[in-house]
Amino acid sequence: MSRARRGTAPVRPPIRLFRNLSSKIAAIPMVLVGLGVFVGGTIWTVVYSFTDSRLLPRLQFVGFEQYERLWSTRRWLVSIENLAIYGIVSLVFTMCLGFLLAALLDRKIRYEDTFRTIFLYPFALSFIVTGLVWQWLLNPDFGIQSVVRSMGFPNFNFDPLYNSDLVLIGLLIAGLWQGTGLIMVIMLAGLRSIDEDIWKATRVDGIPIWKTYIIVIIPMMKPVFVTALVLVTSGIVKLYDLVVAMTSGGPGISSEVPAKYVYDTLFTRQNLGQGFAASTMMLVTVAIILIPWAYMQFREKRQ
Amino acid sequence: MKKTLSLLATTSLISAGSAAVAVDLEVTHWWTSGGEAAAVAEFARLFNENTEHTWVDGAIAGAGGTARPIMIGRITGGDPMGATQFNHGRQAEELVEAGLMLDLTDLAEEEGWRDIVNPPSLLDSCTLDGRIYCVPINIHSWQWLWLSHQAYEEAGVDVPTNWDEFVAAAPALQEAGKIPLAMGGQPWQQNGAFGVMAIALAGIEAWEAVNVDQNAEVAAGPEFARVFEAAAEARALSARSNVQDWNQATNMLITGQAGGQIMGDWAQGEFQVAGLVAGEDYSCLPGLGVNEIISTGGDAFYFPKVSDPEVEAAQFELASLMLSQEAQVAFNLRKGSLPVRGDVDLEAANDCMKRGLEILASGNILPDANQTLSPDTQGQIEDMMTEFWSDQNYTAEEAQRLYAEIIARAD
Repeated sequence: MSRARRGTAPVRPPIRLFRNLSSKIAAIPMVLVGLGVFVGGTIWTVVYSFTDSRLLPRLQFVGFEQYERLWSTRRWLVSIENLAIYGIVSLVFTMCLGFLLAALLDRKIRYEDTFRTIFLYPFALSFIVTGLVWQWLLNPDFGIQSVVRSMGFPNFNFDPLYNSDLVLIGLLIAGLWQGTGLIMVIMLAGLRSIDEDIWKATRVDGIPIWKTYIIVIIPMMKPVFVTALVLVTSGIVKLYDLVVAMTSGGPGISSEVPAKYVYDTLFTRQNLGQGFAASTMMLVTVAIILIPWAYMQFREKRQ
Repeated sequence: MKKTLSLLATTSLISAGSAAVAVDLEVTHWWTSGGEAAAVAEFARLFNENTEHTWVDGAIAGAGGTARPIMIGRITGGDPMGATQFNHGRQAEELVEAGLMLDLTDLAEEEGWRDIVNPPSLLDSCTLDGRIYCVPINIHSWQWLWLSHQAYEEAGVDVPTNWDEFVAAAPALQEAGKIPLAMGGQPWQQNGAFGVMAIALAGIEAWEAVNVDQNAEVAAGPEFARVFEAAAEARALSARSNVQDWNQATNMLITGQAGGQIMGDWAQGEFQVAGLVAGEDYSCLPGLGVNEIISTGGDAFYFPKVSDPEVEAAQFELASLMLSQEAQVAFNLRKGSLPVRGDVDLEAANDCMKRGLEILASGNILPDANQTLSPDTQGQIEDMMTEFWSDQNYTAEEAQRLYAEIIARAD
């Protein structure tokens, strides 16, 4: 009390804006780039999706015409359907297989390092390389089919990439082969972070191992699952290079995906308006999934 | 030491003596298959020999669909190359409108391009508001059915001379374990083959009504119904040809695994590289042997505007060289395409090229769909065609209905 009186100026709490001033100044360029490139670019794209821009952008508004055409285009509808099927199947399988492999490796087996390396190695390859490798493996004249046939099974048929009904399976095989290893490693890290005492406690209580995993370990690994989920989902939405390398959308249009539609209309078809409308729809789809999730996370934190 | 010095002195003198400054001119194109690469190397050789400039080859692998976005991106992004390939027609239309291309009109008038380019419609495709913006360098026609003599010999039937005989001979080929019609799985090939069948089977008038006047009624009419039925038939004949690229499909003919292929005359370059002789090892039927006609699509070179006057001078020199008689002969013989001027001597041309030249001289010509339809419309048709060709259950009626819809919407 006496100290306050002795001071000449009254003591005010520091202004919030100027707290950690230097770090805020340092962040300005990144904030500007973020706003300019991401937000600005997004707004620009949405605005131009309402124009009839062809090869070069121009502000000639046509209302929702591009969107009407988009949703009456068969190729776009097929693309959406393909992405949904690929997305759901690959999400379920990567998570399940990733966790299963991690749990098996976590059972203190011999040569764990070797297995871990084998499973993780495909992830070191790009989707383009993965796609080309599997394109060759699945080629009926050179790949698995011809090898099995030459071993004495002349009626063996396995050519998913040349069959409209099976082509997504071909893509999934390659996608899972490439992506599961990473999820396995993340899950393994999660399993390793579980306290050894918990295992001892469940053993004392006589709970079987599989039950321990389901009712104790998995709930404890929730943050790990969320991380893995975000990684896998973002990979699914931007699916493009794998398709280009393996099938380039074929046979016919049976393995087209939205990102490829956007690229093709923007650049080869010289129709910017249509391409922007398609990419805006992709953004909306992602937002529909992301916003409820972000909202839930936010509410949890506040509670 | 003395020798080196004098050598340096002479070279510097020579370069100082010449008026223009040597420029490294980057030329982008998508010619990467064996025959194509050999052809473009002729341009490079002549350019390096006849001028003091240097040809910097900017080949972009992966066909036009991959290459064009890269080229357009570089031009609109302010990093223009010295010269770039496009197909005749509407692909570079907006770039010219935006003033990004060098105006070649003065050079064209000086050298009299109007008089030497044959057919003149090629130059029209390069013209916008009376100004000329590109150099047509060759005529590529889609209208060919290529036939492998080896395949027909092994199957024990005569080589067909028209489409009906081709269809009739198909069962014999299938019995011999061969694929009657080789077809790459890429949309542009399937769409191109359909275009050839349309001209041959629906007739020129109907084709022009749809592709030039964009008449949707004709597209939905009986002439085109016949084409779609024939296409469905061709689809059955091409089943099991599990290749993607056109040159892989041509290779099936070269090795005798397949009977025929509907493909443009660029396929000829592949036969040539493989050492096959036209008329003996393979034969060609223009217009499927029904309607002898040449469509005058092809390649042209555009010269993006640059600020450096020295580069611009080199661009004019290259433009002039590409139309010269010497370059026209050297390039087109390798490429298997027809020259754009009627006054060159193609003694060395093979049977198929000579047939093409005769048809060209007789004036049986049509524009190429690339010249009449926008890339957007072409793309929509390709989407529809590739689905039709790869799905045996897709009916001809359904395909025709969608086709007419796209034509009605075309711009």
